[in-house]
Amino acid sequence: MIDIQSVTKRYGGKAVVDSVSFAVPEGTIAVLVGTSGSGKTTLLRMINQLVSQDEGTILIGGEDTRNIPGHELRRRIGYAIQGHGLFPHRTVAENIATVPRLLKWDRTRINARVDELLDLFQLDPAAFADRYPHQLSGGQQQRVGVARALAAEPKILLMDEPFGALDPVLRGKAQDELLAIQKRFGTTIVVVTHDINEAFHLGDTIAVMDKGMLLQYGRPIDLLKAPATPFVEGLVGAFDRPFRLLALDTVAGLIEPGEAQGEPIEAVRTRQDALAALMWSGADALPVVSTDGKPLGRVRLQTLLRQAVRPQ
Amino acid sequence: MHKGRGLEKTGVLMAALILVSTFLLPFIVVKPNRILEGQGQMLIDALPSVSSIALAAALVIVGLCLLLRLPASARLAIVTAALLAVILALGSAANAGLPPGNSYARVSPGSGFWLLLFALSLAFIDVIAKLKLSPTVRLMLLLIAIVAVGGIFASGILADISVMKEYANRADAFWAEMSRHAMLALGSMLVAFLIGLPLGVVCHRVSWLRAAALNMLNILQTIPSIALFGLLILPLGWMAAHIPGAAAIGISGIGTAPAFVALVLYSLLPVVANTVAGLENVPREANDAARGAGMTDLQRLFSIEFPLTFPSLLAAIRIVLIQNIGMATIAALIGGGGMGVFVFQGLGQSAMDLVLLGALPTVAMSFVAAIVLDALVDFSKAPGSEVRPA
Repeated sequence: MIDIQSVTKRYGGKAVVDSVSFAVPEGTIAVLVGTSGSGKTTLLRMINQLVSQDEGTILIGGEDTRNIPGHELRRRIGYAIQGHGLFPHRTVAENIATVPRLLKWDRTRINARVDELLDLFQLDPAAFADRYPHQLSGGQQQRVGVARALAAEPKILLMDEPFGALDPVLRGKAQDELLAIQKRFGTTIVVVTHDINEAFHLGDTIAVMDKGMLLQYGRPIDLLKAPATPFVEGLVGAFDRPFRLLALDTVAGLIEPGEAQGEPIEAVRTRQDALAALMWSGADALPVVSTDGKPLGRVRLQTLLRQAVRPQ
Repeated sequence: MHKGRGLEKTGVLMAALILVSTFLLPFIVVKPNRILEGQGQMLIDALPSVSSIALAAALVIVGLCLLLRLPASARLAIVTAALLAVILALGSAANAGLPPGNSYARVSPGSGFWLLLFALSLAFIDVIAKLKLSPTVRLMLLLIAIVAVGGIFASGILADISVMKEYANRADAFWAEMSRHAMLALGSMLVAFLIGLPLGVVCHRVSWLRAAALNMLNILQTIPSIALFGLLILPLGWMAAHIPGAAAIGISGIGTAPAFVALVLYSLLPVVANTVAGLENVPREANDAARGAGMTDLQRLFSIEFPLTFPSLLAAIRIVLIQNIGMATIAALIGGGGMGVFVFQGLGQSAMDLVLLGALPTVAMSFVAAIVLDALVDFSKAPGSEVRPA
């Protein structure tokens, strides 16, 4: 869907993005992670040509982005930024309607889409449509920012530290919300973050950047299994590695027949959650149930621990 | 804070001013003709005994009321009534003070009247400020005040006052110069925005140009107005003489053209500076989001940047308009017309009433402009147009 080929950007002779190549498959979430100054934001902004590359090519759906006028390209790509960037003089509804209005949708279609998105983000249209951004809480502002980015049903969504301004509780919720929306619309999403936890939580693939170079690009498990450089290894965190590994999959695949005592775990929870529950309860095994509470079997501590061993 | 106890502090000053002007200063000045010095008359002597005593007593009571902590609405009523009474008293005092059959004699307001007017206006403004009225109500009040003042003048109550006699002698010229004055002030502001707004946008985008342009406009601002008028005589005179058609559209070395150009030049600094400052205050994220949403530069300028710069532009309008209304007075010196015509004629003839005929309407125009624009600034701060959350 997005094909980045040997892209370089220089400012004053210094390469801030240095010959970076990777591809984001359609319908997946790619996370660009790195410290500040690593070039991840510049790279993101080159995808929608807010910044144009000095060398290399970026293809979207096979089309070279430089062959499309910048503003037309950007109307096709959702863009959400840290601190939401809502227009302070426009209402929530007007903010969300920004791109549809640029695309000259008719009024009824715009209104229907605005209401749909407000519902989707659990903001009652009757209460919120006519409010101004400063009348919203931080979490609500952020949701409106994402809703605005999704308004014209873009196939691609770019997000620059979208949850950076939120407290940890709201951030977790917003991440889950994003995953749900991605599943629903099948949007291809590129997220920039400096938070490795966020990267592991959201990413189907993760691109680690440092000083303008792409150090490693792969699935989360690849980063754990074979960190390409000491920098990646440090970022992933030697101490956290087994727990991150367990967080990548659900309990469902580890259910064994048999019974166990204690608080049951839902099969859709992560293996990390299951391990935590087992350790906390001091049990060797806990019952596993489906989301509607049907017993499915049990999960054993030994089985879980074996899953946390370094993959080969 | 105490309620209904103790003295109103600002009231002490106003009450003192009212008492001094009522009993110690001349209310009117009777002059043998429009130029000679006159004889002052106290309020007590200026009116028939019954009404003068009644008015003096009323003013004492008003002074005492201002000392007390009365509700603002009561103070407003008292002060308004006192203002009207003093103005009406001036009219009848002038009528009574004129020697019958002598058309050369003049009656001017004395220092006592001016001080009374000042003290009561101060009290009036004080009450209005304390009431914290909404901009709509303030505009309504202004409208009522304009109608009331117009009514007072139209009724002829003040017809015997010297300034009004000067007016009666040149009513046609007065309105012609008034509209010329307004045209100079408003027209130059309009042209300054037509030039300054695009210039401000360009200055905001191009940083080296910003420093150069703002510095140049700053220097321009320091040239004394009379010098600038003088400096423009040469180039504009040359243009009128050498460029075909220039003279036909009104360009000439003296007259309205150099005055207009000078006012435009003076207006450019506030317009450009406020445009740049306003654009700089547009949140960076809003601009980034607008570009990211696929707005073209023009769409972003008109639908994001200008609306968010609007309060800053309103402030520029306020500065420029009030500056121009005052400065347009000087245009008369180079034949540019406007209310300055009367001011300079009056100075030349040492006829102070004629000076006032030019000066008072200028002050009134600035005052009206300030109230209207302050109200507009408040409107633009209403919810929604607030640029940053509190």
